[in-house]
Amino acid sequence: MLRQKVLVLYLANSALDSAVVGWSLFDGTGRTRRMAGDEDVPPYPTGLHALYDGWRLIQASPLLPHARGEEFDLAYLKYEFLFEQIVETRR
Amino acid sequence: MNDLPLLPAEAMASFAARGFLRFDGVVPEEINRQFLEEMGDIDPPRPGQKMRRTYGEMLARAGVPQTPAGVPLAQAYPDGSALKRLLDLPLVAGAIRSLVGEDPVFDHHFLHVTFPPAYHEASGGENVSQHYHQDSTIDPRRAFDIQIMYYPHAVTREMGGTRFLPGSHLRKVSEAAIARYQNIRGQQHMVCEGGTLLFLHSGIWHGGGVNVSDRTRTMFKVRINPSRSQVRQFDVSTLKPQETQRPIFYLKGPLPPSVEQILMTPEPWHENDTSRLELLNRVKLWRYLTGDPDYDADYWATRLETLADA
Repeated sequence: MLRQKVLVLYLANSALDSAVVGWSLFDGTGRTRRMAGDEDVPPYPTGLHALYDGWRLIQASPLLPHARGEEFDLAYLKYEFLFEQIVETRR
Repeated sequence: MNDLPLLPAEAMASFAARGFLRFDGVVPEEINRQFLEEMGDIDPPRPGQKMRRTYGEMLARAGVPQTPAGVPLAQAYPDGSALKRLLDLPLVAGAIRSLVGEDPVFDHHFLHVTFPPAYHEASGGENVSQHYHQDSTIDPRRAFDIQIMYYPHAVTREMGGTRFLPGSHLRKVSEAAIARYQNIRGQQHMVCEGGTLLFLHSGIWHGGGVNVSDRTRTMFKVRINPSRSQVRQFDVSTLKPQETQRPIFYLKGPLPPSVEQILMTPEPWHENDTSRLELLNRVKLWRYLTGDPDYDADYWATRLETLADA
């Protein structure tokens, strides 16, 4: 059976070779159970390193213009990149 | 009230920049012991009992008053109780006064207990950490509340102390909308001795850790609102006026310690471009706290406020 692993990297800017500042991993194989606060060192130094390791990029956050009057408002992490690996599993 | 030990400018600047102040082991052991006695014992795990029920029974038994939101903080706890004694400690009362001003208001409190694996095994549930979240809801104010996290006993890394992200407090997000973020560079986990207090800006992103030790972890949180001015409530005698703006970018060496240095220090998780907006938002918060509408650090605000046709 095939299962999906999803890696989410938050980068320092819109370039895939910029530094990782945040990360999440959701493992559809059930072999690992990742959760908030379980790792203080990023799994890769940059998004490009995830590609080197076989992750496939499936989505990148768009660059949006800044609404007038809200240019300085900050909310969510801005540069989100979603990757996947399809893994063979017996589960 | 005037003889309270108010926070110095450097501590206030650190709070403005990073959204927290930590005071290790400042609550006397006698108050810690009294607090834990007032909370009462927690039943051992019972096979088949859901965690919600275990938690509910614990809250019902604990000696914490069910207090209405919005009452004066001074009336929230009975005289002689551990929490009243804690809030009356000069260091605590001085920090509260510095951060939220006179006559602070009780918002809510909660007894946070994380349970070791045996409880989750008995309940059939999963032992996981709490997602990142910002408490309450979207908060567009410049004003802010504080949350005091009280750790009455020593917390080890295995016990899953509060995880929080320094410098996240100025981001306007909607509670658990940030739950997708599992880990962020620069996050901290509370590992501390008993009697430690963590003062948080109400906007700080945080979550409870997973407890993989063999004992329960107890933390008590109380949220406090300002009711009067938050302006110049700290020890303003320690505030050194900036004669000129600091030189920026082209520096021949490190600059001396200052409030500006504290405000302009980025966090490891800052994105390249929004880091500058974070610094600008810190300047705006410092203007609010000091009552100085012209304050600037490293020219971020001045540049934008200088109009060519003025």
